[in-house]
Amino acid sequence: MNTPAGRILRLHGSLLLALLLTLTPLPGSGLGMWPEWPALVLAWWCAHHPGRVGLGTALAWGLLLDLALGTLLGQHALGLLWIAYVVLRQHSRFRLYPLLQQALVVAALVAVERLVFLWLYGIADRPVQQLGPYALPVLSSALVWPLIDGSLRRWTR
Amino acid sequence: MNPPLRHAAGLTPRWLALSLLCLALVFVDDRYAVLDGVRSGAERLLIEPLRAAAAWPGRLLGAAGEALAERRRLLAENARLRAENLRLRARLLEMAALEAENARLRALLAAAERLGKRVRVAEVLAVRQDYQHQQLVIDKGAADGVHVGQAVLDAEGVMGQVIGVADHSATVLLISDPEHRIPVQNIRNGVRSLAQGKGDPRELDLLYVTPHTDLRPGDLLVTSGLGGRFPANYPVARVDRFEAVPGDPYARVTARPLAGLDRSREVILVWPETRR
Repeated sequence: MNTPAGRILRLHGSLLLALLLTLTPLPGSGLGMWPEWPALVLAWWCAHHPGRVGLGTALAWGLLLDLALGTLLGQHALGLLWIAYVVLRQHSRFRLYPLLQQALVVAALVAVERLVFLWLYGIADRPVQQLGPYALPVLSSALVWPLIDGSLRRWTR
Repeated sequence: MNPPLRHAAGLTPRWLALSLLCLALVFVDDRYAVLDGVRSGAERLLIEPLRAAAAWPGRLLGAAGEALAERRRLLAENARLRAENLRLRARLLEMAALEAENARLRALLAAAERLGKRVRVAEVLAVRQDYQHQQLVIDKGAADGVHVGQAVLDAEGVMGQVIGVADHSATVLLISDPEHRIPVQNIRNGVRSLAQGKGDPRELDLLYVTPHTDLRPGDLLVTSGLGGRFPANYPVARVDRFEAVPGDPYARVTARPLAGLDRSREVILVWPETRR
């Protein structure tokens, strides 16, 4: 399975899984703290297989995410492009970081992404009401990073 | 082991160009309706199967739980009775409102219009409830006669309205969505107001209420039927807090929605009665 086709399958398979996780209904208002699964998975691929994942992948999956979530078309694409860009630029350094530091970097990236969203919401006249809960996914994304790293490592071995 | 980064040199310009493209898309999507066709097309072809797949684990869990019970027949009967119960409770709510209205208006109104509306129970497939969006996806769509603008209730009160329809699913904008406003009326004295969502399934804001308005905590708010979207006299919320702010022409009034916006797994679709 370690053929190029197999790897592409795994890349898009894992992104599809992340998208499905994002769409999975959670009881109550638990969705507010759901980690940004696609962003995490994309960041992992950009760090570990930078030759195979490009900005095009980020754009395509971002647009799909926007369609699926009903957000402004291009919003998540912009966010994923940002994360892919930073990780691709720093991929070799990023991979050398210990897991904890990686999680912190990921949290910072997601935080910037959500700040950009905040700005877009402002432009679109839908200001966010409560900033505290809005920041929760930053924390949860950092918390599940070791899980993402572990499972994707195992899956691509 | 890893092949070298493709287009390593051109990464930044490419990123800038694609980001600008996305910004342009966002702008166009926000201001104009040209992308709406793309959206509904994608909804039908791509997103609906994805959502169905995402709802699968939950359904599987539900199915596994039900398999533990012994008799399938009992289960089917139970499900049917629950649907029936939900439907009847919705009717009952309406009756309470009607009674109050009658007491207030005595015989002024020819009140025999309502009752016997067509309703149908739908299951919640997916939820999107964060501080920006308060939406549900339900498992009935155009094939079941669902249409945009239709009112959605649960056994306790008004949930929201349909804003998007695919073949076998529909998107519901909840009354707690920041973009949603619903005309309401105080059942005690008929005072009208608008209830706006604020991204919180437990709280609504009442707009344009002057400090001298006769609204008290505990008052029941029902749909006024103005605007024609929602059928009149369904319970919406109970007034929670009334706070006059010195210097502000309007009081700060919040209300607690009666429907289980973040809990209900089954909702009721209402079709307005067609006049014969």
